[in-house]
Amino acid sequence: MQKEEVIKTVNEFLVEEIEIEENLLKEDALLKEGLGIDSLDFVDIVVIVEKKFGFKIKPEEMKDVRTLGQFYDYIVSKVN
Amino acid sequence: MGIYSCLGKNLDEVTASLRAGKSGIGIDPKRIEYGYRSPLTGILERPVLKGILDRRSRVCLPEQGEYAYMATAEALKNAGIDQEYLENNEVGVLYGNDSSAKAVIDAHTTAMEYKDTQMMGSGAIFQSMNSTVTMNLSTIFKLRGINLTISAACASGSHAIGLGLMYIRAGWQDMVICGGAQETNYLSMGSFDGIAAFSTRIDDPTKASRPFDRDHDGLVPSGGAATVILEEYEHAVKRGAPIIAEVLGYGFSSNGVNISQPSDAGSIIAMERALKDAGVAAKDIDYINAHATSTVQGDQLEAKALDKLFAEYRTPISSTKSMTGHECWMAGASEIVYSNLMMLNSFIAPNINFENPDEYSQNLNIVNQTQEKNIDTYLSNSFGFGGTNSALVIKKFRNTK
Repeated sequence: MQKEEVIKTVNEFLVEEIEIEENLLKEDALLKEGLGIDSLDFVDIVVIVEKKFGFKIKPEEMKDVRTLGQFYDYIVSKVN
Repeated sequence: MGIYSCLGKNLDEVTASLRAGKSGIGIDPKRIEYGYRSPLTGILERPVLKGILDRRSRVCLPEQGEYAYMATAEALKNAGIDQEYLENNEVGVLYGNDSSAKAVIDAHTTAMEYKDTQMMGSGAIFQSMNSTVTMNLSTIFKLRGINLTISAACASGSHAIGLGLMYIRAGWQDMVICGGAQETNYLSMGSFDGIAAFSTRIDDPTKASRPFDRDHDGLVPSGGAATVILEEYEHAVKRGAPIIAEVLGYGFSSNGVNISQPSDAGSIIAMERALKDAGVAAKDIDYINAHATSTVQGDQLEAKALDKLFAEYRTPISSTKSMTGHECWMAGASEIVYSNLMMLNSFIAPNINFENPDEYSQNLNIVNQTQEKNIDTYLSNSFGFGGTNSALVIKKFRNTK
């Protein structure tokens, strides 16, 4: 899966389902402080990612994922 | 006060339905598929809260929580309470709720499918708990007073108001949001249907709920939510609140007999205690909103109790459940809202479908057509499984100053 496709899918669900404003979705945006994603939101993101990309996010693999760009890259690495 | 029920989505719609004697009962096809004996239910639409509440609030709200939000938002608005007031004053919430079955069943179904509890999502736990309504309302409205759910079966909403009265009388709270909420989804009522409690008059849904009538054959489940704002009198006057009524008395009892069967003796204790607490006599009651759910035994025993206390005064009686069906955990609160609407608009809403009395109801003054009538003081009964009884006496507010 191409990175562009991952970005499109992730941005779509962040806007539609997590209700984050589209203009905040920049690669350097911090997931927690920038996009306001808290631990409960992240539970829902885990569910959505499993349904859309077919894999389960492991917390230990997310340790160094702090920005949206790193999150795209993490998904790309898992789906390819 | 505020209301969201099968009779309407706000006080105005509900007032019109009550006056017209309109039934809110219909058929839920999903119940037929699921294996219900009776697919009859109160029919109401889920409110659309996207754009009104943020995502976190919506994700944590179960069906009955949505109704409770709608009823409470209307009640606060009518009481002249805005968000700034709630954030700067200590306001409590005591709300009746006794199930959140759909949330529990949905979460379980997800776990069975994925073998992974995380797939239940972040809202499941907050939707599943019995205290879901109070935990959600207190978070959404940023409440900082008493925060407690009352679970007392079909008397939950009534006890919530009675306990609100106690908190205010004790001086513990100046203002308490009280009410009751009830889910109406097919997953929540299967086990109740399973004990053959529901009417099977499927060919004529609006005639199925017929409290006190000779041909009653069971209740019709229903739901929604109703909210009243209880406030200490001097506090309300000082604030310039639009006062509707005074909660004059609360009575309670427990039958101590049978898990499903009501008791005339137990309900008499609750009613007498409410009258005594209110400082009024039976003859002072202008209207009784009966608990009567349209079950044979429940109606008969309540009729027997009402006959003993009120027959000589020919007190007008109606069960609004003839129109709404049985709103269960919500009923004790919604019937205060319905009765207040009658009191404010000087009419008695009819006990529709009361066509022929039985030997128990024949001596009672059951109103089966809308009647113009000034109501100054009324009594509202609520009884529940396990023998829990609650009765409230409410008096119209008259500004004498």
